[in-house]
Amino acid sequence: MASAETGETLLETPLAAWHVAQGAKMVPFAGYNMPVQYPLGIMGEHNWTRESAGLFDVSHMGQCFLIPEDGRYETAAAALEKLVPADVLSLKPGQQRYSQFLNVEGGILDDLMITRLGFSGHEHWIYLVVNAGCKVEDYRHLAAQLPKGVTLKIADNLALLALQGPKAVEAIAAHAPNLAELKFMTSTDLEIAGLWCHVSRTGYTGEDGVEISVKSEDVEKLANLLTGDPRIKPIGLGARDSLRLEAGLCLYGHDIDTTTSPVEADLRWSIQKRRREEGGFPGAERIQRELKEGPSRLRVGIQPEGRQPAREGTEIFAAGRKVGVITSGGFGPTAQGPVAMGYVETTFAKPETPVTLLVRGKELPARVVTMPFAPHRYFR
Amino acid sequence: MTTRYTKDHEYIRVEGDVGTVGITDYAQNALGDVVFVELPDLGKKLTKGGEAAVVESVKAASEVYAPVSGEVVAVNDKLPDSPGAVNEDPAGQGWFLKIKLANKSELEGLMSEAEYADYLKSIS
Repeated sequence: MASAETGETLLETPLAAWHVAQGAKMVPFAGYNMPVQYPLGIMGEHNWTRESAGLFDVSHMGQCFLIPEDGRYETAAAALEKLVPADVLSLKPGQQRYSQFLNVEGGILDDLMITRLGFSGHEHWIYLVVNAGCKVEDYRHLAAQLPKGVTLKIADNLALLALQGPKAVEAIAAHAPNLAELKFMTSTDLEIAGLWCHVSRTGYTGEDGVEISVKSEDVEKLANLLTGDPRIKPIGLGARDSLRLEAGLCLYGHDIDTTTSPVEADLRWSIQKRRREEGGFPGAERIQRELKEGPSRLRVGIQPEGRQPAREGTEIFAAGRKVGVITSGGFGPTAQGPVAMGYVETTFAKPETPVTLLVRGKELPARVVTMPFAPHRYFR
Repeated sequence: MTTRYTKDHEYIRVEGDVGTVGITDYAQNALGDVVFVELPDLGKKLTKGGEAAVVESVKAASEVYAPVSGEVVAVNDKLPDSPGAVNEDPAGQGWFLKIKLANKSELEGLMSEAEYADYLKSIS
């Protein structure tokens, strides 16, 4: 294995042995030994998630809390707003927002989920979920940037499961009826089969579903309980990638990185009005300028004609020259054809603009399209 | 009729001076669901070890290499529209192309079925 060759030790989530017992094929991902697929296969797992419900182990992601010593939510929120362009102050208890850690040039250091806890007595706490591959740097960044009086608490004693698909909520509501009415991008704390769980109505597949934070020692019991339901099957990273790509969602390190701004990445919806006007986040000058004048490049959906996928790194041509590059591309089982996203010069970003992709030296016709490739089915 | 195997997991089934080329069951299983196949033009001259075709799964694109040198005398026209045949029946309906062998002695450098089985054991 690659890990043996490089001499690196792979980390494991508390479910590593469980994945192997389910027949998973394990691969290194972001320093972790993770299931890329189970015996059902990527295509089957993708389709099962779209039609029923899939259970994903995302315990490799970073979970942490920001705790204000003065007990005031505003103290923690104001500190976080110095690092991200989202409106954190206006979050109500239990409410959640997607945002990005920015560098001083307005580039994206990581993307993350921000939740104001709704749990009684903890409503001043902020809960963050960050990418596995960025978490060490994120924690260092937070520790360095947070003011005195706001404490970073890394929750490495917590596991994280995502349950996604049209039958996800009805399946989990059998154990926790309150979850049926939980709205998209809100969260609650409750017990499932006697296990403490923090549940958010969110996910990264474009489907309805939840993410469940649970104590590491309880996660196997919860995974067994959930996969004991015939509607739910375990799903690997392979299908997670094709699902998020069809949903038009960014993968950090591919579709967004330290050189791309949230405006270029077509994430302007994640910067609320007050923050757009007031600024006060890293790189605000660039981002406010791009909001006003438009960015020079934009992340768009790319639909290749025919069946041939165009992968990451494929160059995009129009008007006889290179105008962009594919940042994620593959085959969309739900779209039943190749799907991709990438950056093009803004002049060529209009939907239905014809472009040419260069795949293994051959020209492949394609067009710019509006994402997602598979409709979002969130519970609003 | 003899079948020979490469270390890159192609097979060539030889009848007379024509060999049918495809990928092995091990290869299709490692690739996962095949979603696209690109075949060479008829008449194309292939060199042993050179690119003969491309196969793409949901995960990634991979090259299929020519097990021997020779001319492409047939391609599996059904494959581009039903690439899933590579997964379902790699040794049968999932064949890629037929090569007219330029030099039959090249077969001697390839593995027999028993040798390929041992090779699979050695890499697993």
